[in-house]
Amino acid sequence: MISLYIAQKSWLHRLSAGIKLLFLAAISLLLYPVEQPSVLLLFLIATLLAYATVGYAALRQLLALKTLLPLFALIFLLQWWSVGFAPAALLVMRMLTLILLANLITLTTRMDDMMDAVMPLFAPLRLLKIETRRIAFAVTLLIRFIPVLMAVVNHLLDAWKARGGGRKLWRLVIPLTIQSIRLSDSVAEALAARGGISSPLTQDQLHQKGSFR
Amino acid sequence: MSKDKSLVQIALYAALIAALGLIPPIPFVTGIPITAQTLGVMLAGIMLGPWRGALAMALFMFVVALGAPLLAGGRGGLGVFVGPTAGFAIGFPFAAFATGYMALWLKRLPVFPASLCAAIFGGILVLYLFGITGFKLISGRDWLDATLIMAVFIPGDLVKAVIAAGVAQAVIKGLPGAVQTRS
Repeated sequence: MISLYIAQKSWLHRLSAGIKLLFLAAISLLLYPVEQPSVLLLFLIATLLAYATVGYAALRQLLALKTLLPLFALIFLLQWWSVGFAPAALLVMRMLTLILLANLITLTTRMDDMMDAVMPLFAPLRLLKIETRRIAFAVTLLIRFIPVLMAVVNHLLDAWKARGGGRKLWRLVIPLTIQSIRLSDSVAEALAARGGISSPLTQDQLHQKGSFR
Repeated sequence: MSKDKSLVQIALYAALIAALGLIPPIPFVTGIPITAQTLGVMLAGIMLGPWRGALAMALFMFVVALGAPLLAGGRGGLGVFVGPTAGFAIGFPFAAFATGYMALWLKRLPVFPASLCAAIFGGILVLYLFGITGFKLISGRDWLDATLIMAVFIPGDLVKAVIAAGVAQAVIKGLPGAVQTRS
């Protein structure tokens, strides 16, 4: 399954998803009023150390964040120019710490566990007569069909290259959209044939496949 | 349409947006590559209408938050919602809603101009309202600066709005009835 999760053992993997999410929320509130660069630097170093304790795979994921660097550099330079070096450093360190922490939680929590931790938040929807089971089903369906549609994209890209490429790459979106609409019609028919989402047949199949992993 | 069928449509459309992230970015004149993924936000509203379009985007972002690297360039996870572009991430469902609402409202116009207006309204105006607000809150810049920094992306998004309208028109020809703001 496509996921940022790193399958290994660490102290962060053992913590429950709910606790990690609460911790992230608490830290983000805590960091906002901090005005001393040294304190923020400490938080940033502590976060990086946490990556190190998880292991090499986590440290390597830090590289994946390099796409954000140009934006950070731009914010830093503008802020430096308009309000000075110290506030600019504060701001960038605060953003970096939060992003790194949030990312670390994503790296060390299985999607299933994250899903279980946030499902109770959807409970109020029952008052609106929305079954939370339907949300879980939609998530499963989405994750199941991503590889299917990605294969369609790759086929279309191959065909486009075989025709010699060209500049109108965006036209691939048209067959892609049409194919996904057709696919969604046949999936809906298959679902109806099994008696719909809430039928025991559908639910059994979902659980047998171990939902999404 | 049955409830199950709309749920399947929402889920498959969200998967389509993930797949759009795979199409290589096209380098654009301003030097900023444009990705096909934000095109998906506009298309969600035009194709599925306001409610289902917004739900498809919300589902997509929910799974991104759970830890799936579905955004263009393989980004994902909770970090997306605390970074400087968090406003855009949160604004996606609202942008899709606004696009769909506008597309319905203009359904008497021909497909191309109606879709174009809807995409510009929802996919640019409403989306940037969220994006700029988020950027301002997180980076501490004032409104003018935040707007100017984000403005570099607008030319690329205008191109996307034109493409979205072109795609809507072509899809209607290929598969009548598929564009739900038109049926």
